[in-house]
Amino acid sequence: MNRFSSASPGIALLNRAPVRDGLGVGLAVGFSGLAFGTTAVTAGLSVAQTCALSLLAFTGASQFALVGVIAGGGSLVAGTLGALLLGTRNTLYGLRLADLLDWRGARRLIAAQGVIDETSAVALAQHGRSDARAGFTTTFAVLFLLWNATTLVGALATERIGDPNAFGLDAVGPAIFLALLWPRLMEGGRTLLVGVLGAAIALAATPFLPPGVPVLLASAAALIALDSPSPTGPTGQEDSR
Amino acid sequence: MTLWIAVIATGIGCYLLKYAGLAAPRRLLDNPWVRRFAMTVPVALLAALIALQAVAEGDRLVLDVPRLCALATAVLALLLRAPFLLVILIAAGTAAGLRALGV
Repeated sequence: MNRFSSASPGIALLNRAPVRDGLGVGLAVGFSGLAFGTTAVTAGLSVAQTCALSLLAFTGASQFALVGVIAGGGSLVAGTLGALLLGTRNTLYGLRLADLLDWRGARRLIAAQGVIDETSAVALAQHGRSDARAGFTTTFAVLFLLWNATTLVGALATERIGDPNAFGLDAVGPAIFLALLWPRLMEGGRTLLVGVLGAAIALAATPFLPPGVPVLLASAAALIALDSPSPTGPTGQEDSR
Repeated sequence: MTLWIAVIATGIGCYLLKYAGLAAPRRLLDNPWVRRFAMTVPVALLAALIALQAVAEGDRLVLDVPRLCALATAVLALLLRAPFLLVILIAAGTAAGLRALGV
């Protein structure tokens, strides 16, 4: 412990688990802005529109959903609604994070823009409020800068990159979510069941519902966590004695 | 022009959806049912996203061999307790490598 207290603040910061987690996730996911920039410009958005979407929406799935509908020739209204439907899961993350982060006023107004899959996963993986805040802030900062910078680069370089799948970028998304979810899945039991059921619902609904809706429908899988006999946390332990 | 409206509406809407959750009334959070649902729901959503990003394109289910192999190697790397970045690199490398080989 004392070894690190005399080290420089930068080194001490990097030795904090939430900061390391945030950097890892931010660096890993941030570059997928390249894929978004490329996809959006290919779909017919201008470079400015592409960058505005990354800055304002800042939630990958919704952005890809809107651009996907535009590319497929779907209506802009349907595209926007799909993107917003997909964005409602951030409301659920926010609901969970509100308690954990406990920020008010201007800080909450800024933090709200950062409530997405990756920041929630990192924050929820920490122990205690201080670490959760550090994890959230690091992930948000790194990801916001990288996502927007690589969106611009991807948009500008679209003609040169050609096919992002050739670089395996399409496998990065699911691999990232899998790595983030892994510790929760390893809890087994009901948590694992919720995950499997969520995936099954989404897959079964995909051929019948517009893109974006199956993911929302999958949240119904969380309902099976509600009928447990006592109000225990995810650890399942009630310290009655 | 209408494309700009869609971009801005999506942007502002997505922000408001995030803020609505973060600024939800305290009473709502103290409800054990809401609390437990909010605690579990990311597991369901993330699992759904993994499944769809793996095999769905729009409203069709497609089996893309390089992508599925990439996920399989990611699972293997996770089972071997590989660090996060390595898992991602292995997955992307698998997909890119198999495609370069013409799979």
